[in-house]
Amino acid sequence: MARDLEQYLRPGIGVTTFCPGCGEAILMGLILRAIDELQLNMDDMLFVSGIGCAAWIPSPHFNADTLHTLHGRTIAFATGAKLVNPKLKVMVISGDGDLADIGGNHLIHGARRNIDLTVICANNMNYGMTGGQVCSTTPLGALTMTTHQGNPFRPFDLCKLVKAAGAVYVARYAVTQPFALIKSIKKALQTEGFSFIEAVTPCPVQFGRRNNLGKPADMLKDLMARCIMKGKAEKLSPEELKDKVITGEFTNGSD
Amino acid sequence: MGLQEVRSILPEGSYYFSGDEAVAEGAIAARCGYCAGYPITPATETLERLSVRFREIRAVFMQMEDEIASICSCIGASWAGAKAMTVTSGPGFSLMQEGIGYAVITETPVVIVDAQRAGPSTGQATRVGSGDIMQAKWGSHGDNEIIALSPWSVQELYDQTINAFNLAERFRAPVLLMAEEATAHLRERMQVSGEVELFSREKKAGAPPFGTEENNGVPPMPAFGEGEKLLVTGSTHDEYGIRKITHPLIQEKLVNRLRNKIVNHSREIIQYENYYLEDAAVVVVCYGFTARSSLFAVERMRDEGKKIGVVRLKTLWPFATEVIRSIGSRAKKILVPEMNMGQVVGEVMKYASCDVVPYNQVNGEVISPNTIMEQLRRLL
Repeated sequence: MARDLEQYLRPGIGVTTFCPGCGEAILMGLILRAIDELQLNMDDMLFVSGIGCAAWIPSPHFNADTLHTLHGRTIAFATGAKLVNPKLKVMVISGDGDLADIGGNHLIHGARRNIDLTVICANNMNYGMTGGQVCSTTPLGALTMTTHQGNPFRPFDLCKLVKAAGAVYVARYAVTQPFALIKSIKKALQTEGFSFIEAVTPCPVQFGRRNNLGKPADMLKDLMARCIMKGKAEKLSPEELKDKVITGEFTNGSD
Repeated sequence: MGLQEVRSILPEGSYYFSGDEAVAEGAIAARCGYCAGYPITPATETLERLSVRFREIRAVFMQMEDEIASICSCIGASWAGAKAMTVTSGPGFSLMQEGIGYAVITETPVVIVDAQRAGPSTGQATRVGSGDIMQAKWGSHGDNEIIALSPWSVQELYDQTINAFNLAERFRAPVLLMAEEATAHLRERMQVSGEVELFSREKKAGAPPFGTEENNGVPPMPAFGEGEKLLVTGSTHDEYGIRKITHPLIQEKLVNRLRNKIVNHSREIIQYENYYLEDAAVVVVCYGFTARSSLFAVERMRDEGKKIGVVRLKTLWPFATEVIRSIGSRAKKILVPEMNMGQVVGEVMKYASCDVVPYNQVNGEVISPNTIMEQLRRLL
């Protein structure tokens, strides 16, 4: 990470716990860049995270108030803190398993209530910390430690889900689209109400290697090839859209 | 911070409240700033009252999507600086167990009211039971020490709600108020005094928020937004909140301090009442609504000259071991009537050297004085 972002890191935390090739360290840098560009004061911020690899992005790395909660319950914890102290700028950072599987109910209710939270869901398409099991965002047919014959179930489209539940800002970008993702995080932070970003991130160690994408570069290249912008996707046939990850803003408060 | 005497919000006087309403007013008296809950019989009326009353005093009421979200949002609110409470009954209490454990390890003051009903599972939602006493002690996984109170009247639901907040703030711990359907839905007269004694969490800028020099100490508690750059985590942590997930000494030190800060202050926490113990050969050890029937029965039998006494446990956890040990050495027999299959009786047997006899009723009704008298006659 660039030296100029060190001011946002907790002193004394020398190394991250992320595996080689993990996209979550990239995401960590992008979040801090967005905060830096907006000149936000870390003393006014609260970072709430759950259980899983992505939950370790803010806790203990960020030099701010952090609440590392129970598995799946981030949005409930964040709701209580925000309602008691509305001056806090509250950002939830957690994984897909945490926010969409075990915490799916809190996610849709948070969006429905439109509490002023910025939620960043690092979607690595599996449970990374426990060793690579299937989750609600694992693609159909993907191999995981609990789907050795291929995932038999369809994944959630998290952006459609959260948009339908009432979030005012919803976007999806991969960490392979860093500038778009920084811009999106800034927009989400500036949007009043429930904003949600699905940050697609590679997990070569647990997901990639079971799906012929074992090298960090393979997963990054795969994401770069599969992520297409929303505008372009609209012109493609369902056949051409197969295996594509549609990225962009799905609602930004103005529609 | 610390102990203060403040004016009661409700004007001093006599009120005719239900137990659920008394809990709501007790929370207001204790300056509760955040309550979240999910509707459940027989606790719903507390939420309904708070949803109105909190608007008047500018506190925050939230009806959440379930009991898990309720307790979690309370913990978030507590760290943001508010006194927080959630109210539920058996099924919701089961859902809250993981959150209660999180409050234990993060040392978060929070009050949980369980208006117990007849279980297991959905059971009889409008009928009474005391089946959650052991769940209060052992419901959340891992070793931990909990504070649980047992009120017997509408008055005490008011008083003990205030006490529960004070204990939660004093010891930075979840405190369980083990109400029962019979008192939650009971209406009776109660008194509100003009002044109320409140304890608020101690603050000390820059001090480690998760450790003290003493192994039974309660660290000061800052709030989010005060520039303390807090690290709050449910994982084992050092005194600054840094995760230490494999270190044996830090695990042992933390688990011991979380226990010791409660156990080593037992005398400050434990409340009980003795009746007619001077010459009692038989003693009824009881709590909650059952203590009303027990005292009534014993007073009737005293009129007949029977030497029976009563010990009413107002605090269930930590358990009143010294009280029971002392009675066990003086009395010939102890009767423990309970609206469950025998939960507190096991604890009494552990510490009393005399004969301990359980009486258990699980039909969803309160134990009547006649039933207690019948049991006592068998023992005399």
